[in-house]
Amino acid sequence: MTPSPLTFDQSHPYPGKLIIVEGIDGSGKSTQLLLLQKWLESKGYNVFFTEWNSSELVRETTKKGKKSKTLTPTTFSLLHATDFASRLYHQILPPLKAGMIVLADRYAYTAFARDAVRGVSRTWVRQLYNFAIRPDMAFYFNVPIDVAIDRLLGGARAQIKFYEAGMDMGLSQDITESFRIFQSRILAEYDKIVEEYRLIVMDATKDIETQQTEMRALVSTALEQYKPKRGTHGKRTLFWRRFDLP
Amino acid sequence: MGSVRYFGEGLTYLNPGRLRGKLIAIEGTDGSGRSTHIEMLQEWLEVQGYGVVTTGWTRSSLMSKAIEVAKKGNILDRWSFSLLYATDFADRLEHQIIPALRAGFIVLADRYIYTALARDIVRGGNPEWIRNVFGFALIPDLVCYLRIDVDTLAMRVIESKGMNFWESGMDLRLGSDLFDSFKKYQMQLIEQYDKMAEEFRFEVVDARKPPEEIQEALRSKIEPILKTAKKAASAPTQPEAVPIEPEPEQLSP
Repeated sequence: MTPSPLTFDQSHPYPGKLIIVEGIDGSGKSTQLLLLQKWLESKGYNVFFTEWNSSELVRETTKKGKKSKTLTPTTFSLLHATDFASRLYHQILPPLKAGMIVLADRYAYTAFARDAVRGVSRTWVRQLYNFAIRPDMAFYFNVPIDVAIDRLLGGARAQIKFYEAGMDMGLSQDITESFRIFQSRILAEYDKIVEEYRLIVMDATKDIETQQTEMRALVSTALEQYKPKRGTHGKRTLFWRRFDLP
Repeated sequence: MGSVRYFGEGLTYLNPGRLRGKLIAIEGTDGSGRSTHIEMLQEWLEVQGYGVVTTGWTRSSLMSKAIEVAKKGNILDRWSFSLLYATDFADRLEHQIIPALRAGFIVLADRYIYTALARDIVRGGNPEWIRNVFGFALIPDLVCYLRIDVDTLAMRVIESKGMNFWESGMDLRLGSDLFDSFKKYQMQLIEQYDKMAEEFRFEVVDARKPPEEIQEALRSKIEPILKTAKKAASAPTQPEAVPIEPEPEQLSP
């Protein structure tokens, strides 16, 4: 068998498009991605959505490891990479090959930022994800730490989770303080990543609608050359043709 | 073990300190007799008074269940396959192998990262990628490779527990039935092990010989390593270089 190439440093050959969002918790990236999905679907595109840490294969193990608090920086990193590999293979590549638009809430960059803060080697974690494909568009929602905390504490979720706050690192006994320190370090890592991989930086302190307008304009331009494949759902204009006599 | 050596950058966030124990890996394909010989070696070492810890592939508390589930589903892509093994290994390395070495145990590893490298490469993996993934692994003090040819192996496996799906590499669809697939798969693995045996200087033991002879050969490879271990352990500790303060002179009245 010929060894498979490492693909993260080149654009993918598939007919679909991969659009991803990155940012710390509370940056509003998921909201923006959801609104983008609504818009794309209303335009008649076939869209597939996938998110970080959600494959069946490792979800249980991650939960178990988090509960018993026995995850080390390396096993934490490897588990997320396993989850990512499984999703890439089962969820991301098939729709891309079928010509769909794939929207991903977080991508390998999340691992680059978090794992580096937990102390694993930056080179190692980048090479670890070398089997991944490069997204067509990668948005980074940049937000100051205080805005993110306000949104998390005052908003929909009202609670910060143990690992989101980096409580495993023993930064502070107070969960909000630990979150502040941990996520500030992640922000600093993202700053490096944005330059290294040329992510599109969005000002996440602006209004939701303003950000979405900007995002849609950018995606519109990027999709100019994109020829969507006709799907089987909701295309009623095509549906009757199947019964048409020759 | 003394000073710590890793394949790559290692565990960058961890200072393992001085590892007083010895790490001995036994490699070889399925059915080469690894587990039997490890049991015998453990007995032999313990009789001599050495503390022994054994560690085996996919035996971590974190991952063993996930790997079982994944194998039952037969839906694994190559990356997840390799990364699941890597996670299992990392968990055992940090929670089992390093603590044991630090405490002066002899760690007998039933398979080591070379198994993962061979399996990934046979599945079309990129050698550069998989080697980097295992850059956090400790380099063992000794790797013994139980080498066997594929015909002897096939016979032995049929006589004992029979061929199974994964040992036959059926996920690769190399042959039309279990036997053909087993032979092709194991042949490719042996080829990889042979290459690594040169590169990483494995001690090669002929696994076709009678068990007593194999055991004898393994012991003769391990003995020199134990000597250095003993020396390190029983060497008189250097007297601390703390100068002894002279008694303050009595002030003469």
